[in-house]
Amino acid sequence: MIAYHLPILQIVVPLIAAPLSAFCRRAGMAWYLALIICAASFAISVALLVRVLDEGHISYLLGNWAAPWGIEYRIDAVNAFVLLIISGMGTMVLPYARVSIADEIEPHNQALFYTCYLLCFAGLLGMVITGDAFNAFVFMEISSLATYVLVALGAKRDRRALSAAFTYLVMGTIGATFFVIGIGLVYMVTGTLNMADLAARLQGLEQNRTALVAFAFIVTGIGLKLALFPMHLWLPNAYAFAPSAVTVFIAATATKAAVYLMLRFLFTVFGTDYNVLGLTLTYMFTPLALAAMFAASTVAIFQFEIKRMLAYSSVAQLGYTVLGISFASVTGLTATMIHLFNHALMKGALFMAVGAIVLRHGAATIDSVRGLGRTMPWTMAAFVAGGLSLIGVPLTVGFISKWYLVAASLESGRWPIAVLIVLSSLIGVIYIWRVIEAAYLEKPPEGRTAREAPLSMLIPTWGLVGANIYFGIDAELTSRVAGAAARLLLWVAP
Amino acid sequence: MSDAGLLTLSLLIPLAGALLIGLTGRHPNLRESVTLATAVLLFATVVALLMRLNAGALPAVVLHEVMPGLSLALAVEPLGMMFGLIASGLWIVNSIYSIGYMRGNKEQHQTRFYICFAIAILAAVGVAFAANMFTLFIFYEVLTVSTYPLVIHKETPEAKASGRTYLGLLLGTSIGLQMVAIIWTWVATGTLDFTKGGILDGKIAAGVAPFLLALYMFGIGKAALMPFHRWLPAAMVAPTPVSALLHAVAVVKAGVFTVMKVAVYIFGVDFLARTGAATWLMWVAAFTLLTASLVALGKDNLKARLAYSTVSQLSYVTLGAALATSMGVIGGSMQIAMHAMGKITLFFCAGAIYTATHKTEISDMDGLGRAMPFTYGAFLIGALSIIGLPPMGGSWSKWYLILAAADTGHLIMIGVLMVSSLLNVAYLLPVVGRGFFAGSDAAPAHGAVPAAGAQVTTGSRLRRIKEAPLFCVIPPCLTAAGCVVLFFYADRLYRLLEPIAKP
Repeated sequence: MIAYHLPILQIVVPLIAAPLSAFCRRAGMAWYLALIICAASFAISVALLVRVLDEGHISYLLGNWAAPWGIEYRIDAVNAFVLLIISGMGTMVLPYARVSIADEIEPHNQALFYTCYLLCFAGLLGMVITGDAFNAFVFMEISSLATYVLVALGAKRDRRALSAAFTYLVMGTIGATFFVIGIGLVYMVTGTLNMADLAARLQGLEQNRTALVAFAFIVTGIGLKLALFPMHLWLPNAYAFAPSAVTVFIAATATKAAVYLMLRFLFTVFGTDYNVLGLTLTYMFTPLALAAMFAASTVAIFQFEIKRMLAYSSVAQLGYTVLGISFASVTGLTATMIHLFNHALMKGALFMAVGAIVLRHGAATIDSVRGLGRTMPWTMAAFVAGGLSLIGVPLTVGFISKWYLVAASLESGRWPIAVLIVLSSLIGVIYIWRVIEAAYLEKPPEGRTAREAPLSMLIPTWGLVGANIYFGIDAELTSRVAGAAARLLLWVAP
Repeated sequence: MSDAGLLTLSLLIPLAGALLIGLTGRHPNLRESVTLATAVLLFATVVALLMRLNAGALPAVVLHEVMPGLSLALAVEPLGMMFGLIASGLWIVNSIYSIGYMRGNKEQHQTRFYICFAIAILAAVGVAFAANMFTLFIFYEVLTVSTYPLVIHKETPEAKASGRTYLGLLLGTSIGLQMVAIIWTWVATGTLDFTKGGILDGKIAAGVAPFLLALYMFGIGKAALMPFHRWLPAAMVAPTPVSALLHAVAVVKAGVFTVMKVAVYIFGVDFLARTGAATWLMWVAAFTLLTASLVALGKDNLKARLAYSTVSQLSYVTLGAALATSMGVIGGSMQIAMHAMGKITLFFCAGAIYTATHKTEISDMDGLGRAMPFTYGAFLIGALSIIGLPPMGGSWSKWYLILAAADTGHLIMIGVLMVSSLLNVAYLLPVVGRGFFAGSDAAPAHGAVPAAGAQVTTGSRLRRIKEAPLFCVIPPCLTAAGCVVLFFYADRLYRLLEPIAKP
């Protein structure tokens, strides 16, 4: 019984818990509630992934309304994997968030923080799990609105969080509007909103102008949401000024959900046969991805605040993700899928380490990390490990991602791209090393009290560092799931 | 113990050593005993593996499958055996030397130093016994990262700048070029296992083979092929034991060893010879070989001169690989061993001179030889081996390389090798000459022995001797003796290496 309803429980549980936590008077209670709910969601997504890997796809009809008319939740290896990433990261962040949030947010807002957190969490999961295009838009809005609030809550530490949240709000709304316009247009052409049904009915409409315009609107709208270069301008400030725990959470999940939607629309709904798809991938995605990899990485070198630096690095990493999409091959999409997971792990670990520094020193800049190698050894060691993973040193997850990406580009015969991939990852060495040098080779400023971050932050951080290394050494599971997802997207038999 | 167990043990021993060194950091004597014990145990393990190999076994073990089709695996073959023996054997001698040097110079952060050293040796053994290119690459990177803290050991601005060059070039070339080459190989052949005769034959077009080879050769930054050699002189800022074992033996030899492995087991000598894919490499190696020697001539800093000498000598190995003939492979591989023994001796001596007198510039070292006869004696033997004069081991590798050049009809390479030997004479022997003959006996130039300067002038000949601490003097004498021994027992080495050269 429960097993049958797992798909809906995945969404409904956090969605119902969100208003409940608003009633909690004390932040501690809200935190407990959020933790239990997220952990339960994580368990559900693990169960779903196991079932999907065993049985193929799961189709769940909301209220038992038959598929093209009612809303269908359709889970296969692709979204089961993304659900796992989102719910896993959402759960990992909570133990970490408690101390950090207590420090960074006004006391009377803390319970509300967990409400927004759960809403955002539910929204992201909903975007991914649903098989209905309009439903995806609804959940996208739920998660986005919650995210704007979460970012704005950083205002206690830095007032600029407000303007960052506002920019994000404007850009995010434009993105969502484009997306919904696109959906409206395809609905006009096909009369359906169910993704599987859409895919079937769009066959033979290659020359239909409305469908073409819809395609453009949808790709641009999602592109804005996933911070596709040069539509990434909202991202660095939002990441930099949001409370640390929020940064960790949205960096690890929000753009991943958007990438998932992109994959779904490009490959499942429009499909590889759609004639403009190839053109879009070759002439839009490839150059934009390469530009993101180089421009954003280069900008990252010149950042003084470490959160901003990592935010630019995220834009560059999204470039890798999009580059994988642009190959439209099994290896390329495997690279994208596996990088979604791996990037969540590495950026999660890095932002967590930076958040710990913010907690102890009020800010994380190249200046404030001086000498931290001695005063916060565990935090800095986690940063180094996460940094090595970001660079793509072997035995970390970053290496696995890079391996698949380079293999995909060589396979498609585009070897200059392979060279560009590794060159851009070398830029990562420069900005990561600036921090490491400051932390380990410079003397701490006078009069600083030496204190390591609390265990409640260190343990999740090191949990992620451990995952970075574990999945870097044993990538069997992740490559199998990512490979299965890639084949599903391309309609290739396993 | 089973072959596989023994092979795994060769990685576990230095790992356990690194952990124990960390735990015993507060008790220097205990810590150094751990280092020495680990080194001896490791060497014993490698020797045990050698005996298995000689008995006809080929120990191999798959440690772990990382991605489908790509595993961390170890396997012993002759070339790796030789490298493993050198790295682990010289680690013992070097550990003795480190103790003398680090204590003599009252260096900071000694625990970190010994931990990183043990990890670096772990990585070197991993490179030596890697069964496929993937495993080799991983240990290659571990070696880079673990030696970085050793390079910046002094934490001065100069050390930091050098550390940047070091890491930038080594990571840059390996991730930027070598990794692409490896993935290319994987995409083309579906395997990365080191296979006799190579894996690329028939899998890639002869026309693109030179490009793939270029990605490998320049990607193996540790082989210090110009223009990616700058990291090696930069690394000289490290304490001398690091320069001696790592930047004359483990790290750089890991580089040229990888070059040999790629030539023999990935491309295959026949494939290289048939397609002529390595012809360009021969010229680049020859250029590096001569240019680095010329640069060395102009260096007054002893360690810098030795560093450029290393750059030059490494290219002998690359040249051996590029000649793509069995003699070249034997000569190049022998050079790995011969140069290791010779160059570590020279670095030991440079460190001993520094420990005793705190001098780094050759022009300040006039007359020092009379005060430090053992050190300078060892230096002379090491230098002769590098030059390639009998009865020192270095002569054999040059012999086989010249044979290979003659064999393949590249007579000009014989000329290159001869000119290089002359250049070696020109930059190495003056150091010895100045030490023994320059400066007046009555007043050592520039106060060569500052602390004891006053009484020395009136003392007897014996009392004038002012050597470095015993722990710094015995190791160079041992390795100098090793250079001579290698000359007389080169046939053993030849027989060990013979199987890889046979088709």
